[in-house]
Amino acid sequence: MGTTLSGLLTIATVVLVLAVAHVPLGDAMARVFTGERHLRVESAVYRLCGVSPSSEQRWSTYALSVAGFSAVSIVGLFALIRFQGSLPLARGAAMDTDTAVNTAVSFATNTNWQSYVGEVGASPVVQTLGLAVQNFVSAAVGLAIAVALIRGLTRNASTTLGNFWVDLTRSVVRILLPLAAIGAIVLLAGGVVQDLTAPEVVHGLSGVDQTVQSGLIASQEAIKELGTNGGGYLNANSAHPLENPNAVTNLVQVVLMLVIPFSLPRTYGVLVGDRRQGQAVLAFMATLWVAMLAVITWAETAAATGPLGAMEGKEVRFGVWGSTLFAHTTTATSTGAVNSLHESYSPLGGGGVLFNMMLGEVSPGGVGAGLYGALVVAILAVFVAGLMVGRTPEIVGKTVGRREITLVALVTVTTPALVLLGTGAALALGTARAGLLGTGPHGLTEMLYAFTSASNNNGSAFAGLTADQPYLNLTLAACMLLGRFVPILLILALAGSLAAQRRRPATDGAMPTHTPLFAGLMVGVAVLVTGLTFLPVLALGPLAEALS
Amino acid sequence: MSTTTPTSAATSAPTSSGRSRTRTVHLGSFGRQTVAGLRMLLVMTVLVGVLYPAVVWAVGQAAFRDQASGSLVRRDGVVVGSSLLGQQWTGPQWFHSRPSVSEYAGDTSGGSNLTATDPRLLREVAQRRAALGAGGASAPADALTASASGLDPHISPEYAAAQVFRVARARGLTTEQVRRLVTDHTQRRTLGYLGMPRVDVLELNLALDAAARR
Repeated sequence: MGTTLSGLLTIATVVLVLAVAHVPLGDAMARVFTGERHLRVESAVYRLCGVSPSSEQRWSTYALSVAGFSAVSIVGLFALIRFQGSLPLARGAAMDTDTAVNTAVSFATNTNWQSYVGEVGASPVVQTLGLAVQNFVSAAVGLAIAVALIRGLTRNASTTLGNFWVDLTRSVVRILLPLAAIGAIVLLAGGVVQDLTAPEVVHGLSGVDQTVQSGLIASQEAIKELGTNGGGYLNANSAHPLENPNAVTNLVQVVLMLVIPFSLPRTYGVLVGDRRQGQAVLAFMATLWVAMLAVITWAETAAATGPLGAMEGKEVRFGVWGSTLFAHTTTATSTGAVNSLHESYSPLGGGGVLFNMMLGEVSPGGVGAGLYGALVVAILAVFVAGLMVGRTPEIVGKTVGRREITLVALVTVTTPALVLLGTGAALALGTARAGLLGTGPHGLTEMLYAFTSASNNNGSAFAGLTADQPYLNLTLAACMLLGRFVPILLILALAGSLAAQRRRPATDGAMPTHTPLFAGLMVGVAVLVTGLTFLPVLALGPLAEALS
Repeated sequence: MSTTTPTSAATSAPTSSGRSRTRTVHLGSFGRQTVAGLRMLLVMTVLVGVLYPAVVWAVGQAAFRDQASGSLVRRDGVVVGSSLLGQQWTGPQWFHSRPSVSEYAGDTSGGSNLTATDPRLLREVAQRRAALGAGGASAPADALTASASGLDPHISPEYAAAQVFRVARARGLTTEQVRRLVTDHTQRRTLGYLGMPRVDVLELNLALDAAARR
């Protein structure tokens, strides 16, 4: 079988699995967030936390819960990292203060940018009790926000959006935990390590000693992909054979990254009582996913005709197709795990994965974050269409008024502002610039990639950048923090504003938001906004490199 | 989800007349939410930080012990490596792995991050070509490039084929014998279409040692 056919069949397998899985999973998630009954374990959680699961929260209280929980997560993880030397199984692992700040913010914001090296920076205690726990709960926060926004659209003249603690707990207990357990056992069977003994130094057949890493990797690997987190247990992430041993585990990891984000449009459709609304959002996400996969695969397979076969920074077992499928998926979701080195990609291949993140992580985006990002695009599209044809901007029976569009506009400018200001400042500053591996346009792209990844909570890197320096650790941490919580705050305010409105039946004057035309309009709006914002810097970076 | 009227102070609606009161309530509310957040974090740490990995670990011990501990390869009872990790081979009698930035040490992992046009990579590639001798000019891509992990256990069948003559001469075996070993240890695409055809270098070298002993 030829490599092209093999690659296309692999992609077809991913699409088939998602096509089958997204309906039952989307329906199940809708039930999770509407069910009246609490599981016994959930009731125990509420009792232990002292929260009343039946109390409803206004959007501001919901936001305070998110803020309180995330603040505790960041401080707790920072403390765990800084004190790891005094805890069991330390094995000499340590991080400096600025690295620990960066890491704590990174994992609590679902970014998983890593300026430390897994093998020496984080002990098994930090990895398992700190980082992996944040992999679960930060993904659950994303789900909660998405559900709160949906409630804003569906509730009728309501002052409340649900209860954050209930949404968080149910997301973990009923969605993330069961799926992660299945994923972990599949990965374990495929060869991913799950061991707490110290890394073994073996005397190799070649006569050279080699360290075989250990750790509770399989359990962390599954939620790393499923929660669209992306922080590798080991430095090489999913390129490391002990994290991603073969083509089957690679396929499983790609599916894990995509399955929740691509199922959430179905959940949305069910919850708003019109599945076609979900189908339009799904069509929007899928169109961008397929189009960008085609661009990146084309760029890399074209580069593979050269003498180096595009194999620098790629693994033999995955080849070019298995690497690009992963690279595309990890940036189109907000995962950021890598099974190949994005910096070694051809200019347009690397530019393609960069563009994926610049789209704002909506194709299909992170767990929860992808859906609320896509709904922001939908509201923007409704508004733009309203301006063009003079129709009332409405979405599922709610009017997009001045307050709503102001909030949506603020969400839309937040991350680009962080990306462009952060990149510009870092390039102007000698200490940050000294950390660049690349030169000329490629150096610009390298820094741009870092701030795009951090601000969009992706976490992948053009890893030649020496990011473990105080300036970059702290500014990237600020970008991750603001890029995560400013949009979340604005979206909860938007949800509150929408919930307060009466839900009206659709009028003839409203533009239908369930049609292929509308999905196309969403694609156009997303690409135009991204293009207008980033074209100048893309021209100076990847495009200039491709043309030189 | 029910939309019952909120009862606690934390969830009561602010009114224009009571703005200052609401603000103090919210400050107190943030404190209360943070305490609830701390308790939630601790409970979740037990649930997904302890119980979940412990269950996966137990499944590994019961059913996948070999995989769980790193797929170690033994010869005569002695561990000689992991079938998942490439090794640094020197000398003409071995099949060589791909170039590695970390020389397969395993205490860290990663690659060069260099682009295909970077002069630093081109210099390295020229050296790698020169080291391959006569075959350097037509060397397959994986013989000239470093992997992403620095621990790639595989080489392409083409790179293995390119090493057959050297290995056979160093071992005193016929090229036909060595070529057959390569064929026997060439793994096809999984299920006929997933991944790439490849040769696990450690397994091939183990088989080579066994053949040479006979």
